[in-house]
Amino acid sequence: MERIQDHPILGRKPQREPVSFTFNGKPMTGYPGEPIAAALLAAGIRTLRKQEESGNPRGLYCAIGHCMECRLSVQGKGIVRSCLTPIEEGMNVFEGQQLANEITGRKLP
Amino acid sequence: MKPKRQLSDLIIVGAGPAGLSAATIAADYGLSVTVIDEFPEPGGRMLGQFHEERGHWWVGKQIADELIEKNRAQGVSIRCGVSVYGMLKVDDMWEVSTSHGAMLAPRVLLATGAAEIPMPTNGWTLPGVMSIGAAQVMTNVHYVKPGKRGLIIGVNVLAMAIARELSVSGVSLAGIVLPPAGPFAGKAALPKENLQLLMGLSHLAPSPFLRLGGKIAKKLGMAGIVSSLFPRGGIKLWDIPLKLRTTAVSINGTDRVESVTLADVNGQGEIITGSEREEAVDFVALAGGLYPLAELASVAGCPFIYTPELGGHLPLHSERMQTPVQGLYVAGNITGVESALVAMAQGRLAAASICSDAGVFGHEGDSKVADAVDEVHRVRASALIQFHPGIPEARRQIYRMWQETFEAGV
Repeated sequence: MERIQDHPILGRKPQREPVSFTFNGKPMTGYPGEPIAAALLAAGIRTLRKQEESGNPRGLYCAIGHCMECRLSVQGKGIVRSCLTPIEEGMNVFEGQQLANEITGRKLP
Repeated sequence: MKPKRQLSDLIIVGAGPAGLSAATIAADYGLSVTVIDEFPEPGGRMLGQFHEERGHWWVGKQIADELIEKNRAQGVSIRCGVSVYGMLKVDDMWEVSTSHGAMLAPRVLLATGAAEIPMPTNGWTLPGVMSIGAAQVMTNVHYVKPGKRGLIIGVNVLAMAIARELSVSGVSLAGIVLPPAGPFAGKAALPKENLQLLMGLSHLAPSPFLRLGGKIAKKLGMAGIVSSLFPRGGIKLWDIPLKLRTTAVSINGTDRVESVTLADVNGQGEIITGSEREEAVDFVALAGGLYPLAELASVAGCPFIYTPELGGHLPLHSERMQTPVQGLYVAGNITGVESALVAMAQGRLAAASICSDAGVFGHEGDSKVADAVDEVHRVRASALIQFHPGIPEARRQIYRMWQETFEAGV
């Protein structure tokens, strides 16, 4: 999605040097300090995880850490809320995954 | 095991308008203060708020920046990216459990604000469906547009205010429509109730919704009173179509939002057969309203009361912002949903109350607190954004209940 460069009321953000990170192994760029979810949305990525049980795609919902819908995994940090976790240089980010279910017998591919 | 050390005289949870205002006053009177917030930067919801007020823009970010600057100058420690998940009273000390370890203080102020009421809708788990507040944060805090073209479902003060912000920020909106009728939406799905809400807001002078409501009233004349006369195509507010006779039936798409099925409704909120059509959008913002975010007060053992005018269940508190739990105080939207300016005045009052209880003012405590109470009244009476017309009376009832329960016979 489009980034706002010069906000009509709030003006510009301070000059920022982009950082590199990966999402599901794919190289991406974002701005340091901005949440993972914002950097991914700017890159047009809405699906942040597959629902653990159904496997259906899920995305950002509340953007302020209340709802837990945007959880995904970051190498070295485990599962985090992507709306609150700032991007860092070299971060490896992975979509949240559907899980196996021993009761229903569902195995992961 | 190392003995735990007191972190400061006061821990404040929440770096929004209430928390930051309280911190600066408490620090001014000599208390050491730590403010904790799990968002990466301080300011709370003020970071993304702005509205037009008597010909100029009220910009929340500017107010937040000033408060942060004041706090830093006074040596207040603001710790962002830290989540609080528990509270335990050990002797006379609160042990606050955080993602960065336990923090100890004799007094804690909860200024956690409000959360959005979820509004389940067919298709609402599709990526691209978000709360109205999320659309605000993405656009005004992170500077990323939530999509190319969106639809807002739900008509309330928050929806109207953020719709205006999004439109000013260059986000394209297909309109604002009613939520589908059902147990989750209740009266929010009825055209007449919504018209009454908007017209009701319009007489609360002086309010940005006065212009909004006045505009509706002017456009509709008597039709405004009779919802069936509200134009089926909606009316335009600023450049946003407000459709009070249109409901969202479902949100559609395979792995992301592609469209919303809309339909016309009659005065009872029932769908008019054959009126269904699809509106192509790539994001949907659900506006279900706000409720006080108060789990920590519950964890701390504070009793709750149910007050619909203030957003639902909230911690019982006195007019001085004390709770029945020793050393636990509340301020801002955790005590009921109101505007940022009221939250700021409540924060200053809570700080006066805390300093008074800590003995900082000597025998002048009561008069300092009384002044701060008066200021809250003044700010509330002139607040530009009123979330509910019944707020002052609801507040009086709470404080009466407090007096009857805790001050009777004193």
